[in-house]
Amino acid sequence: MDNSKDKDKDKNELPDALHDATRGEYKYGFESDIDTHRIDRGLSEEVVRTISRLKEEPEWLLDFRLKAYRYWLTLEMPRWAHLDIPPIDYQAISYYAAPRAAKRPESLDEVDPQILDTFNRLGIPLQEQKALSGMAVDAVMDSVSVKTTHREALAEKGIIFCSFSEAVKDYPDLVRRYLGSVVSYRDNFFAALNSAVFSDGSFVYIPKGVRCPMELSTYFRINAAGTGQFERTLIVADDDSYVSYLEGCTAPMRDENQLHAAIVEIVVEDRAEVKYSTVQNWYAGDAEGRGGVYNFVTKRGLCRGDSSKLSWTQVETGSAITWKYPGCILKGDNSVGEFYSVAVTNNRQQADTGTKMIHVGRNTRSTIVSKGISAGHSQNSYRGLVKVAPGAEGARNYTQCDSLLLGSDCGAHTFPYVDVLNPSAIVEHEATTSKISEQQLFYCNQRGIPTEEAVGLIVNGYAKEVMNKLPMEFAVEAQKLLSITLEGSIG
Amino acid sequence: MQDELLLKVNDLRAAIDGKEILKGINLEIRPGEVHAIMGPNGSGKSTLSGVLAGDPRFTVTGGSATLHGVDLLALSPENRSHEGLFLSFQYPVEIPGVSMVNFMRAAVNAKRAYLHQEPLSASEFLKLMRQKRAIVELDNKLASRSVNEGFSGGEKKRNEIFQMAVLEPRLSILDETDSGLDIDALRIVAGGVNKLKTEHNATIVITHYQRLLDYIRPDFVHILYKGRIVYSGGPELALELEEKGYDWIKQQVDNEQQ
Repeated sequence: MDNSKDKDKDKNELPDALHDATRGEYKYGFESDIDTHRIDRGLSEEVVRTISRLKEEPEWLLDFRLKAYRYWLTLEMPRWAHLDIPPIDYQAISYYAAPRAAKRPESLDEVDPQILDTFNRLGIPLQEQKALSGMAVDAVMDSVSVKTTHREALAEKGIIFCSFSEAVKDYPDLVRRYLGSVVSYRDNFFAALNSAVFSDGSFVYIPKGVRCPMELSTYFRINAAGTGQFERTLIVADDDSYVSYLEGCTAPMRDENQLHAAIVEIVVEDRAEVKYSTVQNWYAGDAEGRGGVYNFVTKRGLCRGDSSKLSWTQVETGSAITWKYPGCILKGDNSVGEFYSVAVTNNRQQADTGTKMIHVGRNTRSTIVSKGISAGHSQNSYRGLVKVAPGAEGARNYTQCDSLLLGSDCGAHTFPYVDVLNPSAIVEHEATTSKISEQQLFYCNQRGIPTEEAVGLIVNGYAKEVMNKLPMEFAVEAQKLLSITLEGSIG
Repeated sequence: MQDELLLKVNDLRAAIDGKEILKGINLEIRPGEVHAIMGPNGSGKSTLSGVLAGDPRFTVTGGSATLHGVDLLALSPENRSHEGLFLSFQYPVEIPGVSMVNFMRAAVNAKRAYLHQEPLSASEFLKLMRQKRAIVELDNKLASRSVNEGFSGGEKKRNEIFQMAVLEPRLSILDETDSGLDIDALRIVAGGVNKLKTEHNATIVITHYQRLLDYIRPDFVHILYKGRIVYSGGPELALELEEKGYDWIKQQVDNEQQ
């Protein structure tokens, strides 16, 4: 690089010689040619009934869906987030798409080779002998689960890990007891929509006293065009149990926007612990903001039992628009909630994400560490609520909320809400905003580290506290993902 | 070997924010030599080191600089590094959350890629770190600490020399490496530099004071004033400056200009 290049540049700008670098390619943007059964676009009571019929659901579940649908009709899309959401035509979406198969495959030989190939390309082999050791995977494509690995090994310990649809058939009592118990269909607009049309997802039940011997993981893949994905995950950890659960997601690159409105509900009983990790890499749209997934998700856990613990870790790099606030209701005494988040936005991406920590029980504790990274023309907001109910004696919260800005055309915003109704509570909030300085980049360059790699190093260093919370298998991937997402974003 | 030039700087001019700081620098350095560049504050010493290393704050407005025949000014800062140029920063930069081991591994492997060499394995790399650490008496906690974060002034400078040891540059520029050092740290830093000296590499020591030159013996001393090297001599020149200050040089130059 010639020293004379940036003679008259604005001091707020990073060296423009680096503007040319190209954005990292979205390597999961391919589309698979799979025979798909898709119902017609549009949403009506009839569509809700059709979904329920296609899934051969019991009457109570259809009732649940219809109640949700009727309630949804009375709602308006929320507008309070710091997001610019184009109008969404809910009649232009197909609410059910499933790879066409005669019936649920009994063995792997019956799974469409194209589907296996798709997941292989995503790095998720479904063949048991090739499957990641120490990790059981539920693979969901569009509206249905296509395969769950390691089920038998888990069943020996009494652990249930299956698709939501199977759970409805095989464990109706459990599903009926917990469905909607943490996220009611009346919770919000997207929760109501999901409750009406949800298709598949994962169901996990860890019995009393069982420590799940492997990571459980669901991999969500949108494939079909013109569809939305509305999955639903329900995790129940009974007394004294433990489970670590991972969620990954990708979608093909398309010019149209695709809607993803999911619900995750988690119930944690006495002294149980759940770790929920997400690496969200839905297609983010192109550099001009065309296409990409709208990721409008409601995730919440109920720490119902005393001394229970729920930990959310999320690395959010994808989606055109993200609207999500994984939260914890700390109902049990001495229960613990944690939220560790890295949210990266580049180009025209928008994210409004954070958490809700609702302290109800006595001596409940919560920790929030949020690391926002904004680049390009993106907007990145942290929105969090810490609420301490009147009876939550001795509640404690610590919040750390950092923003890193790359370039001068992006925005970082922080909306922390604190609502304390018990005088014994201690609530702390720390926040910082920083930029990658030209001197940091030059220092790396001088040691021989090119700018792209330097940005990757610095960003991963910034996010380290959160990345360290991810399970090992995920951490390496997530680190690469951070660097790739930000390629070309400096200067 | 003796005749081969390692660094040749010819009429080098540079500006910051449109203001010319270097007004025609000429300098020739051969392998095995140590050159001291001294001068009063604001004479352009740090600009010279920054320009040679490719600091984007500075704009080259004329002249040339070659490192073993390679046009330095045409290269990116990282390629200047790969070609064997090292700058020990006057103010080493903190990079929070990035461990020294990750930082140096990225640096070493970037250079190896440039030279078409295979990256070092984790064990080879850690062995290299161990060996080089000893040169500046840094303890093994260094590897896990973030780059310069929370380092004392002395640790930062020792860390610079440690990086120099790992990267094995042909030409090292030590920019005010003595500033902010107590006498023990100064001894360790200078000792490190001396241990790394060979007949193939060369060092430019930029300093305001004679003090560092008691430990790192220069072969040549240059005085920089108002963007030009106005005086060059042997090591005795540094002693003379220590004794008489810079005023006599300033007067001499200012008189000539009138």
